[in-house]
Amino acid sequence: MIGDTLLDTASQRAGRVNPELHQQVKLQVEKVSRVFRTPNNGSLKALEDISLEIGQGEFLCIVGPSGCGKSTLLNLMAGLDQPTSGEIRLDGQRVGGPGADLSVIFQELGLFPWLTVLQNVEFGLKMRGAGRRQRREQAREYLRLVHLSGFEHSYIHQLSGGMKQRVALARSLVLQPDVLFMDEPFAALDAQTRDLMHEELERIWKQTGQTIAFVTHNVREAIRLGDRVVLLTFRPGRVKSVFPVDLPRPRHLEDPELALRAGAVLAQLKEEINKAFEEEYGRATQR
Amino acid sequence: MRRRGEKILFYVCVVALWQVVYTLRVWPPYLFPSPLSVVESLQAGLADGSIPTAIGVSMRRIAIGYAVSVLFGILLGLLIATSHFLESTVGSLVLSLQSLPSICWLPFAVLWFGLSESAIIFVVLMGSLLSVTINTESGVRNVPKIYLLAGRNLGARGISLFWSVLLPASLPHLVSGLKQGWAFAWRSLIAGEMIFVSLGLGHLLMMGRDLNDMSQVLAVMTLVMLLGYLVDRIVFVNVERQMRARWGFTTAT
Repeated sequence: MIGDTLLDTASQRAGRVNPELHQQVKLQVEKVSRVFRTPNNGSLKALEDISLEIGQGEFLCIVGPSGCGKSTLLNLMAGLDQPTSGEIRLDGQRVGGPGADLSVIFQELGLFPWLTVLQNVEFGLKMRGAGRRQRREQAREYLRLVHLSGFEHSYIHQLSGGMKQRVALARSLVLQPDVLFMDEPFAALDAQTRDLMHEELERIWKQTGQTIAFVTHNVREAIRLGDRVVLLTFRPGRVKSVFPVDLPRPRHLEDPELALRAGAVLAQLKEEINKAFEEEYGRATQR
Repeated sequence: MRRRGEKILFYVCVVALWQVVYTLRVWPPYLFPSPLSVVESLQAGLADGSIPTAIGVSMRRIAIGYAVSVLFGILLGLLIATSHFLESTVGSLVLSLQSLPSICWLPFAVLWFGLSESAIIFVVLMGSLLSVTINTESGVRNVPKIYLLAGRNLGARGISLFWSVLLPASLPHLVSGLKQGWAFAWRSLIAGEMIFVSLGLGHLLMMGRDLNDMSQVLAVMTLVMLLGYLVDRIVFVNVERQMRARWGFTTAT
């Protein structure tokens, strides 16, 4: 029954990894809050008391209404921002700042237009001081992995949206990061390309065993890809529920079972969206 | 091919019209020489070596002046772009200096350097320095944040972030600054040489005036246009074409 798999136990609520699936905890978010100063000297609580774990090799998806602090959480985990309180640990070590061991793919991919596809993928290795031959070899290997072997010498503007995504994937994966963070990377793609990228990402994830944290506002996408789906509340962002997804892979968006799971998440998400709407609406009518 | 044909046809028409006006004697020949006499003047100048010498002297001056201005312009632009203090102080000075025609620096340069090569090179330098500075600054300032974010995320820090991300990302602005700087340097050089007695194309132009030789005046003017145009075509248009081949028309993806 669905109810069994959606058991909202205390440990799941706390976002712990399922020890049967992932023995090792890779990244730990412990009681993290983030407060921003607003221009008129007020403060905005973006995240409150968030605790989460990501297992070694796990695919974790984070969903929530817009304004719930998904991206803030991702930036914190990737070391691009520091929490106001709480701690984030990678393999037990406190995350101090950004680094190539925590790789982020942003929605605007930030591929370098002055470099070829191959040079883009080599970039991080070059920054690490890897030798020319080794760089080239590894970059080629990862371009093969993302099925872009024929496009090594193309420039970025010559590629389609899906191909750019693959270059971005290869550019991050070649560094074999501890965790790969993806911030709504497929939001701007058309539906067919997105389906294709889901398949590709799932395959690459399986092939490499890469730990991935994936932020999206698309619930179906989250169920399609994730081992677990974390739902955040509207401002301040807290962990509302955690949904383990034990559907067999490869998964398909049209799978009725998948739609059913998505429905359960959506029902809870709806509450948060309503809250967001009421707050914005309330503020608008006060004026 | 068709565009080239149009171009040739256009210039043939210009010369033909010139010839017609000359033949109708609207103005006396010493004010309005025929196209042929301008060509003859060019040939004579080439034969007696005065034009090649002038070109050589002018080119040497602009090469030195321009190279120094590019070096300092890029450096200054980078400094201004990366420091708020320099932006509000030196930045505003640079903007106001930009409105000063660079030939205004000639009296200053002559007093400082005397009637020497350094004086004219200084004028050339001041002609292009500010364009290069301003464009470098705005280039660096307008680099999309995502490139820096991505670069840092891939492990680029400090100097390597600067060399491998910031500088190449601001290249389109930089090149348009270099191009504009070149045009300003060329104008400053010719203006400087006209006032400042010395060899060079500007001087050859003034010599035409002194000798009341309108053919020579027009011949040198044509030459100045042609040289400026050729450098723009050969150097900058090629650089821009290559950049477009790489970047496409997009700025960020």
